[in-house]
Amino acid sequence: MRVPAATGYLLWIPPRAYPYPSRDPVSTSVGRNVPRKDGIPKVTGAALYVDDLRFPGMLYGRTIRSTISRGRITSIRFDFDTAGFTIVQAGDVPGDRCNYVALLEDDQPFLAAHQINHQAEPILLLAHEDRDVLNAAKVEIEYERDIPVMDAQASPVVFKEIRIRKGDVERAMETAEVIVEGTYRTGHQEHVYIETNGVIAVPEADGGMTVHGSLQCPYYVHKALKALLDLPDERVRVVQTETGGGFGGKEEYPSVIAGHAALLARKSGHPVKMVYDREEDMVATTKRHPSVIRHRTGLTRDGRLVAMDIDVLLDGGAYVTLSPVVLSRGCIHAAGPYRCEHVRTVGRAVMTNTPPNGAFRGFGAPQTQFAMEVHMERIAEALGMDPVRLRDINALRPGDTTATGQRMGDDCSALEVLRTAVERSDFHRKRAEYAGTGKGIGLSLFYHGSGFTGSGEVHLKSKVALEAREDGVRVLVASAEIGQGTRTMLAQIAADALGVPYEEVEPVQPDTAQVPDSGPTVASRTCMVVGGILQKCAQEMREKIGMMTPQEYARLHGPLLVTRQYEKPHDITWNDTEYTGDAYATYGWGCDVAEVELDPVTYEVRPLRVTVVHEIGKAIHPLLVEGQIEGGTAQGVGWALNEHVVMRDGAMANAQLTNYTIPTTLDTPRLDVVILENPSSYGPFGAKGVGEMPIDGPAPAVINAIRHLGLDVRDIPAIPEAVMEVACASR
Amino acid sequence: MRFTLNGAPAEVEAPPMKRLLDVLREECALTGSKEGCGEGECGACTVLVDGMPVVSCLVPFAQVRDAEVVTIEGLGGTHPLQKAFAELGGAQCGICTPGMIMAAVALGPDPGFEEIRRGLAGNLCRCTGYEAIYRAVQGASA
Repeated sequence: MRVPAATGYLLWIPPRAYPYPSRDPVSTSVGRNVPRKDGIPKVTGAALYVDDLRFPGMLYGRTIRSTISRGRITSIRFDFDTAGFTIVQAGDVPGDRCNYVALLEDDQPFLAAHQINHQAEPILLLAHEDRDVLNAAKVEIEYERDIPVMDAQASPVVFKEIRIRKGDVERAMETAEVIVEGTYRTGHQEHVYIETNGVIAVPEADGGMTVHGSLQCPYYVHKALKALLDLPDERVRVVQTETGGGFGGKEEYPSVIAGHAALLARKSGHPVKMVYDREEDMVATTKRHPSVIRHRTGLTRDGRLVAMDIDVLLDGGAYVTLSPVVLSRGCIHAAGPYRCEHVRTVGRAVMTNTPPNGAFRGFGAPQTQFAMEVHMERIAEALGMDPVRLRDINALRPGDTTATGQRMGDDCSALEVLRTAVERSDFHRKRAEYAGTGKGIGLSLFYHGSGFTGSGEVHLKSKVALEAREDGVRVLVASAEIGQGTRTMLAQIAADALGVPYEEVEPVQPDTAQVPDSGPTVASRTCMVVGGILQKCAQEMREKIGMMTPQEYARLHGPLLVTRQYEKPHDITWNDTEYTGDAYATYGWGCDVAEVELDPVTYEVRPLRVTVVHEIGKAIHPLLVEGQIEGGTAQGVGWALNEHVVMRDGAMANAQLTNYTIPTTLDTPRLDVVILENPSSYGPFGAKGVGEMPIDGPAPAVINAIRHLGLDVRDIPAIPEAVMEVACASR
Repeated sequence: MRFTLNGAPAEVEAPPMKRLLDVLREECALTGSKEGCGEGECGACTVLVDGMPVVSCLVPFAQVRDAEVVTIEGLGGTHPLQKAFAELGGAQCGICTPGMIMAAVALGPDPGFEEIRRGLAGNLCRCTGYEAIYRAVQGASA
């Protein structure tokens, strides 16, 4: 295995010893780029995604959606011959109670009965064996319209408010020598997993339901289907098929499409496949929450943070979905990786009559850290100070406390990532060299909490199982492989903790009939939290089997199943009502340096290069980690420059890949990734979370590089039209 | 209608305006070619027709009469690009991978960096940021 030359892989703290020495030290896999478990099927086309599956007697399903943002349905007319069709309406859902997507709040109906709250809201479902006949069916729906709420800042409905308080902001602000204020805005972002949302629901003879689908969280779908179909645990089965990307877009949304397919399957008695086309996927499914974030910051003249007053507003869309939790992570990260004794963050997630926004890689933290880091750049400007120096002075160090009062341990690496990135990118030389040219360079410093926020992991009570069999060792988790390398990474952790070769460990396909609920595949938690429980399973198994191999043990005593549940580290405390304490067991740390070039004619900003330094505890599989960092960085650059969701009358008007442009090879800057390791005592082999952090930093780094060109951009996406407006206004 | 599919003669009955992608996936049971957008933007459905990369979601079946069609399944699993994509992180979620590899096959042996970058500009990947794909394509020629 070649290690790519582009990787500057630094070990500045040596990896910890393995808990069980392998019989053959060379066979340890953690830290090595072992072959991906899913590599061969994916490069040969053999991997089966949901749209590749067919079942006997299968019908195709379709969703009929609202074409207004707010109002009531007055009539529904079928303008087609309904013979051969299965038709499901809200009235077909068993009880009033059941017609809600079970998540946080019972507010989002699977099918609207009367009231419409957003464009593309599902109203009825059709199924037919012939896709062309199905798609030709016309349904006329008439409405009585109400005035929709489109502006989050004017919304009368607050889904969730969060307050974080540290010290006394008002008094401290009075003592500040300099005060800098600013408002920053971020737009919607569409996930654009290349595989759209899709499921197949198969009705079972016993009245149960099996759903195969492209999804991140089998047990979220399981929970939603149980409530919808009023079925007990064992009658609902959810199987994750190979999943063509998620990024949060297949966290909560699959519950909706799975529910729809299940309703059609139950009524028709046939398997029903629903796979959205790209337009439907873009118009109807969740997006990243748009944000408006205000900062008022007091400093000393020499650049020390005295007080930070932060207001966070997220546009939740029409229903609650996961907005309160997105807001929570957003608010906790809002003050950035900085030390300040007086912080007040007030956050609100509000309703608008637009399709619900939901989980997207980073989960609120990219929005708030975008604002923080662009604001820091403006502070540096106001003070006439080097932006690196400003961050260096204020960066969290071990012993400092965050806005929630969490004391940083030795695994706090803000300064190291900052200094490494500045040196590696030759920041200061380029900063001087680019001045006055069409090029700019800017940076961002950020962090990201690993795992569920606060007491989230305690409530989840995740379970993980490991099984020794005659043919090898099986990992039983509900954590989904969605491209990030879950299967590979978990097999490495189990193999090394158990002291067996990597090749002998196989994670099973997530299937609620087979695997315990190890929680959702979200929040940068799979490696650190699920992997941590798995490591304990392997240690326990090793204790039970002694010096035997798992196979030898299984041959003598039969299969051995070890199941463990999440145990809260005793030294982690969190207060849910006060929002104080240890928000996350540990944090990853990152610094991005972006270099851009402005086209003086078209105002297009071309990103040339991003230097990315991430400290992630321990790279279980450096190549996979590098893939996460590179992919997340590109997605962040897209959010900053290319990806513009145009909302017209509350619906996405550019719901095509032709018009909503994610970065191609030609739009993506060259990426220079450096991985630092400073182990956390809470993760397996020292690992922290890695999946989300890469998208926190690129947008502010890019916008700060544009600022270096003399353009006061504070909102993203910085599409050419927006950059031109700023340029013309500043003349 | 007759054509050559992955090196062997094929005869398939299908409406002439049916998308080549659907014919491959539904009539020929070759599901390696994927649909990502249905409008030729993402390249997940890329196959070779007479050696040229085409987006099979925009090609009517009638256009491949007597032509030579090669899909990801036609590479057999031992192509250096397949090996390199698997080993060097070129495939993450894998949904763009078959189309990406077919587009890379069309670049010919030992392409330069700018050739790779331009040649793959019609294939979207949301997972990798493309760096690992560059490394895989370069690695396959190494």
